[in-house]
Amino acid sequence: MRVALFITCVNDTLFPGTGRAVVTLLRRLGVDVEFPQAQTCCGQMHVNTGYPAEGVRLASHFTEIFAEYDAVVTPSGSCTAMIREQYPRLAVTAGAAAKQPGLREAVGEVVPKVYDLSEFLVDVLEVTDVGAYFPHRVTYHPTCHSLRGLHLGDRPRRLLEQVRGLELVPLPGAEECCGFGGTFAVKNRDISAAMCADKVGNVMKTGAEVLCAADNSCLMHIGGTLSRQKSGVRVMHLAEILAATEGGAR
Amino acid sequence: MSQTFVGMPSFPKNAAKAVQDSQLRFNLRKATHTIRGKRAAVVGELPDWAELRQAGKAIKDHTLRHLDEYLLQLEAAVSAAGGTVHWAKDAAEANRIVAGLVKATGEREVVKVKSMATQEIGLNEALEAEGIKAYETDLAELIVQLGDDWPSHILVPAIHRNRAEIREIFLAHMPDAPPDLTDEPRALAEAARLHLRERFLRAKVAISGANFMIAESGTLVVLESEGNGRMCLTLPETLISVVGIEKLLPTWRDLEVFLQLLPRSSTGERMNPYTSMWTGSVEGQDFHLVLLDNGRTDVLADEIGRQALRCIRCSACLNVCPVYERAGGHAYGSVYPGPIGAILTPQLRGMDTELDRSLPFASSLCGACYEVCPVAIDIPSVLVDLRAKARHPRTERAGMAAAGWVFNRSARLARAQRFGGRMRRLVPKRLPGPLSGWTDTRDLPDIPKDSFRAWWNRTEGGTR
Ligand code: SF4
Repeated sequence: MRVALFITCVNDTLFPGTGRAVVTLLRRLGVDVEFPQAQTCCGQMHVNTGYPAEGVRLASHFTEIFAEYDAVVTPSGSCTAMIREQYPRLAVTAGAAAKQPGLREAVGEVVPKVYDLSEFLVDVLEVTDVGAYFPHRVTYHPTCHSLRGLHLGDRPRRLLEQVRGLELVPLPGAEECCGFGGTFAVKNRDISAAMCADKVGNVMKTGAEVLCAADNSCLMHIGGTLSRQKSGVRVMHLAEILAATEGGAR
Repeated sequence: MSQTFVGMPSFPKNAAKAVQDSQLRFNLRKATHTIRGKRAAVVGELPDWAELRQAGKAIKDHTLRHLDEYLLQLEAAVSAAGGTVHWAKDAAEANRIVAGLVKATGEREVVKVKSMATQEIGLNEALEAEGIKAYETDLAELIVQLGDDWPSHILVPAIHRNRAEIREIFLAHMPDAPPDLTDEPRALAEAARLHLRERFLRAKVAISGANFMIAESGTLVVLESEGNGRMCLTLPETLISVVGIEKLLPTWRDLEVFLQLLPRSSTGERMNPYTSMWTGSVEGQDFHLVLLDNGRTDVLADEIGRQALRCIRCSACLNVCPVYERAGGHAYGSVYPGPIGAILTPQLRGMDTELDRSLPFASSLCGACYEVCPVAIDIPSVLVDLRAKARHPRTERAGMAAAGWVFNRSARLARAQRFGGRMRRLVPKRLPGPLSGWTDTRDLPDIPKDSFRAWWNRTEGGTR
C-alpha cells in the first residue's frame, strides 16, 4: 500500500511539528509514508471565502498529485472535510466543466482514498493502541468539521484512551464551535472572539494541562487566546500526543 | 421585504455592538439553550427521525419542482370551497390587495395571527399608512409591537426581552394593564389575555399567514401555542391569509410528516397545542387567500439556493447557532434572522447593500444548523455559494489572488515559507489593518524556522 501524507499548507508552514509527529507515528506502525513535493493547499480558504475558481484549480492540482497513491493521510479535519464534501460539488460547477473537464472523474477516483489521521488509524490500520505514552491531563475539542463533517465520532477518544499515562477529561460544551471559521475570525472578529472566550472558559473548567484537537487551525485560534490570557494550558495536535513515547515524551 | 431595515450597517458592525450587551447575551443564551435541550430530547426519542427528515425534504423538493401545477390545484380547491384567491408578485402588491380587502369591509381595525409573511412585506406599516390599525395577538408579537421594537427570532420574536422588561413595556404601553402588575409570567400572561380578549370580541377582520397549504383540498393550516390564533381565525367575519407560495404540500397525508417534524423542532413539543385547519369560506366568514411571491420564484431558479424554500420556519437553526446566540436577531437586519436568514434574506432582497452582502459571511460554517434542520437544508453550502456571488472588497481580492498564485506551484510556496522563516523575528505581536482582528484577542503562533517540507528535504523524511 502506497501511503501519501497531505500535510496541508497551514501545517506545512506553521506547524511542522505536527507533520513530523505523523511521520514518526506512521513509521512506528509500519507504514512507509511518502511526501509528494508538489502538494500545496486544498483550497479551503478560497472556496469558503467565495473564490471557487481558485478552489477548482487547487482541487485539480490535488487530484493530479495524489492519484497514484492508495491512501492519503491528512492531519486536519477541516481540510479532509473540504476535500470530501466540497470537491465533488466544485467538480460539477460550470466553471469546472469549462476549465477542468476531467475533474469530476479525478475527484471520484481520489477523494475516497483521503483519510483524516484518526480514520486512517482506526479504520484502515485497525489500531487504537498506537503505543504512545503521555502522562498528562488532557481534554479534547472535537472541532466542527471533524464532528459534523467527517463524523469522526469516538475514534479520537478511543485513540486517546489507549495512551499510557494520559488522563482524558471531558470538555463541557465540546460540540460547540470555537469561533475560528477561517476568514470568519477576521471578518466577524467580535463574534469570533466571544465564541472563543466561551470555549476557553470551558477548557479552563476542566483543569487540563493540554487541549487536544485534530485540527491546528482551531488550535491556533483557541491556543492564541489561551496564550494571550496566560492560562498555562497548551494546545497539541492529536498526532503529537499519539507520537509521544516514554523517553521521547515532552 | 419590509423597509424598516433600510440603511442598517453590515452584520459585523451590528453584531459587535450586540455582543457587548450583557443583558441581551444572558437572555439569548438562556432561551436558546433551553429550547435547544428540549428539542434534542424529543427528537432523540424518535427512532425514525432521520427517515422523517428525509421524507420532509423529499416532499418539499417534489412540491417545489411542480409548484406551478400545485398552485393551480390549490387555487381551484380554495375557490370551489367559496374562498377568493389573489396573486401578489411583490410586497407592494400584496399590501395593496390586503388594504383594499379591509377597506371594502368598512373596518378600520384588524387582529393578526402571528405570521412571518406579513412581517416580510411590512403589512402593519402599509395598513397604518392607509389608516388601518393592525393589532398583533401573539403574546410575543404583542410585546414587540407595544415596545415599538423589531422581532429578533422567528418563533419567539421577543426572545431578547426578559420578564422585567416585558412588565415595563406593558405598564407603559398597555392602557388596561393593572398598575400593580408584577413580572411573574402568570401575571404578565393574564394582563395580556384581558387586553386581547376585548380585541378578539370586537374584531371583524383577521389577518393570518399559514404554516401549510394543502393543494388537493385547499386547506390552510396554522400551528400555534396560545390559542390566540384560533380566536382570530374563527371569530371575525372576514379572514385574509397572506401565504408564501412555497408553503404548499400536495396532499393531506403529507401533514403526517410535517406535524411531527415542526413541533419537535420548534418548541420541543411532541405535539402542537393548537392546530387550526380551514378550507375556504364557512358560514359567517368570508375567506381571502393572498399568494405571495416576493422574490421566491427567483430563489427557485437557483440550483443551490432553492433549498432555502423548503424551510418550515421552525427556528431550530437559530437556537443552535453560536453566532445568533451572541449577535442576537436584530443584527441580521431582517425578519428572518439566524442561519436561515443569512441564506434567505440575500436571496430575497439581493446583495446590493453592505448589510445584505455581509449576511452570507455571518457564519463560521460550523454546520450545527444543517444538523438540526428538519428538512435538511444544507445551510453551510448555500452560504458558501452566496459568498462566491457576493462582491468582495478589493484588498481581499488582491490577497486571495496572491495566495492563489503561491499555492499554484509548490516551489512558490517553499520560497514563501523560506522568506517567512527568515523574517519570523520581525513579525509584530499586533498585526495592522483588517488582520488586527486576529491579534486583538489572540497571540500569533511562533513562525518556525523550517517548514515541514524544508525539514523533509533536509533530513530525507527524517531518516538522516
Ligand atoms: S432552515 Fe431548517 S432549521 Fe432553520 S427555520 Fe428553516 S426549517 Fe427550521
